[in-house]
Amino acid sequence: MTEQPVLAVEGLRKTFGDHAAVDDVSFTVPPGGGLAIVGESGSGKTTTARMLVGLERPSAGRVVVDGADRTAPPRGRTARLARARAIQMVFQDPYLSLDPRVTVADAVEEPLRLHFDLDSATRRARRDELLDRVGLGEREAAALPRRLSGGQRQRVALARALAVEPKVLVLDEATSALDVSIQAQIVELLRDLRASLGVAFVFVSHDLSLVRHVADDLLVLRRGRTVETGRAAAVLDGPRHPYTRLLLDSVPHPGWDPARIAADRRALD
Amino acid sequence: MTGTARETLLEIDDLTVRLASGAARPVLDGVALRVARGESVGLVGESGSGKSVTSRAALGLLPAGATATGTVRVAGDDVLTMSAARLRELRRREVAMVFQDPRASINPVRRIGDFVTEGLRAGGTPARAARATAEELLEAVGITDPRRALRRFPHEFSGGMLQRVMIAGALAGGPRLLLADEPTTALDVTTQAEVIAILTRLQAERGTGLLFVTHDLDLAAAVCDRIYVMYAGRIVEEQTAEGLFARPRHPYTAGLLAATPRMGSGEPPRGVPGRPVSLAENPEGCAFAARCRLAAPECAAERPALRLVDGVSVACHRAEEPIHD
Amino acid sequence: MTAVHLERRALLRRLHGGDVMQTAALIVLALIVLVAVFAPWIAPHDPNGLDLSAALGGASGDHPLGTDESGRDVLSRLIYGARTGLLGPLVVVVVSTALGAAVGVAAAWCGGWVDALLSRAMDLVFALPGLLLAIVLVAVFGPGLTAPTVAMSIAYVPYVGRLVRNVAVQEATRPYVQSYRVQGWSGWTICLRHLVPNIAPLVLAQSAMNFGYALMDLAALSFLGFGVQPPGADWGAMINNGANALLQGAAMPALAPGAAIVVAVVAFGVVGEGVADRVAKREA
Repeated sequence: MTEQPVLAVEGLRKTFGDHAAVDDVSFTVPPGGGLAIVGESGSGKTTTARMLVGLERPSAGRVVVDGADRTAPPRGRTARLARARAIQMVFQDPYLSLDPRVTVADAVEEPLRLHFDLDSATRRARRDELLDRVGLGEREAAALPRRLSGGQRQRVALARALAVEPKVLVLDEATSALDVSIQAQIVELLRDLRASLGVAFVFVSHDLSLVRHVADDLLVLRRGRTVETGRAAAVLDGPRHPYTRLLLDSVPHPGWDPARIAADRRALD
Repeated sequence: MTGTARETLLEIDDLTVRLASGAARPVLDGVALRVARGESVGLVGESGSGKSVTSRAALGLLPAGATATGTVRVAGDDVLTMSAARLRELRRREVAMVFQDPRASINPVRRIGDFVTEGLRAGGTPARAARATAEELLEAVGITDPRRALRRFPHEFSGGMLQRVMIAGALAGGPRLLLADEPTTALDVTTQAEVIAILTRLQAERGTGLLFVTHDLDLAAAVCDRIYVMYAGRIVEEQTAEGLFARPRHPYTAGLLAATPRMGSGEPPRGVPGRPVSLAENPEGCAFAARCRLAAPECAAERPALRLVDGVSVACHRAEEPIHD
Repeated sequence: MTAVHLERRALLRRLHGGDVMQTAALIVLALIVLVAVFAPWIAPHDPNGLDLSAALGGASGDHPLGTDESGRDVLSRLIYGARTGLLGPLVVVVVSTALGAAVGVAAAWCGGWVDALLSRAMDLVFALPGLLLAIVLVAVFGPGLTAPTVAMSIAYVPYVGRLVRNVAVQEATRPYVQSYRVQGWSGWTICLRHLVPNIAPLVLAQSAMNFGYALMDLAALSFLGFGVQPPGADWGAMINNGANALLQGAAMPALAPGAAIVVAVVAFGVVGEGVADRVAKREA
């Protein structure tokens, strides 16, 4: 456990006006690790994810990826490319995260062209390899996004993010817009990719029931602050904080008692 | 089963709905469904399964340009053939709907009071009486200071609070049948529990029949007595919530259960291979055959009809065989 | 549910003859363009050929639309008038669309003070009446097609720029644009390769409508005597010229160019709306 973390976040904070969306959040992710950041709407989980990839500038705190400080959004081509090589992101909505005018093949080739100096034959081979890795074939490669289902689009988004060969991949609710039967396919794929590629994953999700199956560590956010953190299995089996317990109880299950949960929620405020 | 003992509120029989053009298969294909007084019935399926179209049909709402055959009876009257005046009366007094996205379903420029009372007022209730009823309803759905809430606008409420308002509005006409189309999908989990608690309590108190449409099997099981599972416009299985979890009979139901992530189990969710049948495809046999582990040659050739197997309604040629995971 | 919705819209469109209108408008525009391009071959007479003996002649086999007060063939002048009638607005639309798109996208993408500065600048131009600007430029550069066209090109920039800015602000928050940022592309590349092409149809719709308005504005300037000078054949100038004939009981010299302007403007409007509808449909 003395390994240098691939992602280290320290005292991260983001304020909009006088409202702190993210307030003093810290965590580390080891190389190839899996961290789940879980919270409800307004918990600051998405803002945190956006700060990790440089889409939002933190008000305070530090983001260190692969040993380099990546706190501020990059300036200049070199910094931009270096940052992109370190950390990538898959967005929630598969229907909005691909340019409707770009074919699947081109969507995957674009980052290859930007980041690697490959001749076109090698690049195409690498593209096909990536698409194959996420379970897409020639037919899908030639298609525009609108011909694909939500699950297929999310596979394209994954292939595109992995094309850069990042050290860390942030998945912002990457499965929540999908049907259950398809979501499970993508979860299987994610487990497989993480195991085989050694990329560290940061899952941002509202769904606690998924956490155990995709992540090793868990961070629970509420109103911008860390409520509880630890090994995923340990937190899920023995939550310490009443809010974590409430979240766990809220997931429908046999013997579910919504009235009691409602009472617990009121007690917490 | 339970429907025979109690008065049946909603009876859908052999409902087939076809779109105006462009689709290879009907959106709904021979759907039959019952909701009795005081009963909570779940209608579960993934996107494109036809679950929303089914629930809307109970209000006489069909996709524009669509043609429907079969019957949709509410308290004995066929919704599909009744006059426009009778249909309006039905929507005002007997059947109400709670939609998925309260922010999109409540007029943003009108006050909450207008939303809750508009059905009553249209039905001839005097303003003062309508307002009193609205206050009671808002109080019943747990909104503090209902009198002030009536004068507020939708944007002043959170999503969860607004969904409570929608439930109050739906109950205002004193309906006997409540349709809830993914009422908590847009909400946070803790808020979902609150809204479900309110919905089920009021439904039980009033003896309202509830048709609960959702993609979430676990939620349906927690809310409903009986569950219908839909796939590609057809009902593929119907049984009690406990029965569904203990022994799903249709391979699709089993697949959905296996695909649902479980908090307590170390077993990862398992995806159902392939993808749902689009409206452009019309497979000859069972619509699920292409994704089914148990599929036999007959499955691709002949469409299985719903039949009773050990007291469970299921549309599968191989329903007698155990489903191995 | 979207498929169902679209189905209904397509049906409604067919019922209400939307497609028929679109097709008709496109045919009209194509005809006007063809006429303008092939004017020397189509026109039966020299548009500037004076024949005072035939002044204000009614419709005849030789002059289907009659002649004006100088005995020039109205049809031929109408046909040649399509050239200046289209050329001016074309320049206005191309220049204002290019400038407006650049300003709008820059404001949307950079945000902050750049946005504030560019937006206020557009407000300023917007507040300045285009016709007034044209008259000022005419005073400086002298009358003709150039000064009014330059003036209108500037005056139309805010119409395009404001639209582009608002649409681009929305588009820039879309995950596909953000994912290109995360991939490491520069703002330039993202805007040129992805953002602009995706908002282009909407801008195009606006430009088609602007074409009609520009045509009308330039015709008005010519009518007022600031634009195309006699004896040049221009629809606006023809109306001005025809006004005298009107007093002498000959309607055609003024009516024909007036009708041509109306038909062209309406056709551009219909096409623009059609494009906008199609964009909205695709978004839905």
